[in-house]
Amino acid sequence: MSLLTYDFVVRALLGALFTGLAAPAVGTYLVQRRLALMGDGVGHVAVTGVALGLLTGTSPTVTAVIVAVLGAVVIEVIREKGRTSGDVALALLFYGGIAGGVLLTGLAGQSAATLNTYLFGSITTISGADVWVTVVLAAVVVGAALGLSPQLFAVAQDAEFAKVAGLNVRFYNVLVSVMAAVTVTVAMRTVGLLLVSALMVVPVATAQQLTRAFRTTLMGAMGLGMLSSLGGVVISAYVNAAPGATIVLLALACFAAAYPVGVLLRRRQRLTSPFAPATDDPALAGLPDPHTVTPEQHVHEHGSDCGHPAVPHGDHVDYVHDGHRHAAHGSHYDEH
Amino acid sequence: MTPNVVEISDAAVELGGRPVLRGIDLAVAPGEVLAILGANGSGKSTLVRTMMGLVPVTRGQVRLFGVPRGRFRDWRRVGFVPQRVGAASGVPASVREVVASGRLSRRRPFLPASREDRAAVEDAIAAVGLGEKARDGVSTLSGGQQQRVLIARALAGVPDLLVLDEPTAGVDVHSQQALADALRTLVLRGASIVLVAHELGPLASLVGRAVVMRDGRVAYDGPPIAAFTEAEQRHGQDPHHLDLARRFADHDPAVASPLDTEEHR
Repeated sequence: MSLLTYDFVVRALLGALFTGLAAPAVGTYLVQRRLALMGDGVGHVAVTGVALGLLTGTSPTVTAVIVAVLGAVVIEVIREKGRTSGDVALALLFYGGIAGGVLLTGLAGQSAATLNTYLFGSITTISGADVWVTVVLAAVVVGAALGLSPQLFAVAQDAEFAKVAGLNVRFYNVLVSVMAAVTVTVAMRTVGLLLVSALMVVPVATAQQLTRAFRTTLMGAMGLGMLSSLGGVVISAYVNAAPGATIVLLALACFAAAYPVGVLLRRRQRLTSPFAPATDDPALAGLPDPHTVTPEQHVHEHGSDCGHPAVPHGDHVDYVHDGHRHAAHGSHYDEH
Repeated sequence: MTPNVVEISDAAVELGGRPVLRGIDLAVAPGEVLAILGANGSGKSTLVRTMMGLVPVTRGQVRLFGVPRGRFRDWRRVGFVPQRVGAASGVPASVREVVASGRLSRRRPFLPASREDRAAVEDAIAAVGLGEKARDGVSTLSGGQQQRVLIARALAGVPDLLVLDEPTAGVDVHSQQALADALRTLVLRGASIVLVAHELGPLASLVGRAVVMRDGRVAYDGPPIAAFTEAEQRHGQDPHHLDLARRFADHDPAVASPLDTEEHR
């Protein structure tokens, strides 16, 4: 591993590892609340924060965190209060953020190239101090996402129930927003503000192709995020490509690979899910039980190896073929 | 003397500036099973949502277990089954995970679920007859099964007061029976139940008292009379348009029916 002898590679890998873990952890809750593009919005707002740092000569990371958190809280308030025109208000905030950023960067006398390192990431120029900030903030985000996962899950799943369970729904909603804002600014140096949302959403979309439960989706997304981040950095080091874009494309490649598998899994599950036993409507009680013997002769006996899907139906099994459901009845098969 | 589980006195509720409930006086005693009936838009759901603190009152007072609602903190004693709008969300969730949310009023942040928590979740899932589906994704279940998941979630908290908003809407007779059985065990334990329904169906034998809402007021409060349970037997007829519903129809002229006579308006 000659790569690891370079300090900047080690720093890049550390930054990528922690961003790759934190972004999907927050992203899972955003996707659960159907706010998949929230990360993108916060990213746009954070551009203004970066530019503010450049203009005032302070650390762009610090100003980006502050502005992104403010923006995330405003988005959350708009979402909670204004139900009807929420997405329009969000759009105003997004474009205000990026336009303000470009304007302020110009005023600060900085070139577009400087802004580009934040928009699309520049993981190889990340400094030692930056790595520490990334690691600590990402660890806090991951800790909250995992430690508070029952609460955050319940609030995102059903806010009214969570409220009656005594949870402070507004606190947890704002917490997720703040976590998203922190993650965006942490990921700013790795994948860049314009691509960070991909790292929040794509691993979650990939994981849920194969999962049925929330916990496994969360864990799977974090694993996938970590793999694509590390893989993206390594690949980009060898082929001399932009690390941020490589990370995102790698994550998308994982999704492209998982999607057909998910389609197959869901199809199989649909075909083999049990038929409901006939429960008679009281009004229809007294109808004679239909007993239809299959007309065609079976050249084989239905069984576990006959190749026809065996689907549980009440207390027995139906064998599905050519649009019919055949159930064994003594020496013949019935239509079910 | 033990205080009433729910006590609403002279309550009025406005939604978006429009008066929805007015002059509500209602008390639910410990161990009582109360059904809230009425037509669409009569304020049934708003009434239970007011009890649960999801809707503010513009006048009057709501007390839960003798404590004014604003200061009530003992949420572990309350179980709530909201109107089902689909138990699924943007990310898959298993039946067990959704039901486990029902223990949150008893758990502290950052601490893992205790053995007791996990046992209560399994018991609740078994009580609604979904034991074999505990690991399945909620979104793959039928509407009736999803409703049972939401009920199991409320049962998992072992509440002293269970409030259900239309638990039987869109649920087949088989699932309604499973629901009635689950509620019966809760009643035997001494819990109180408040449920909103269009028709009682298999739940009729449990219900000791019925309140009929009409146009935001309580129109009837007393033992359930035969008319409330008949809906089940009349098939081919929309339960919303039974004679009972007609008599207590909404004031909205658009839904006025020809049988609405002057004395009922």
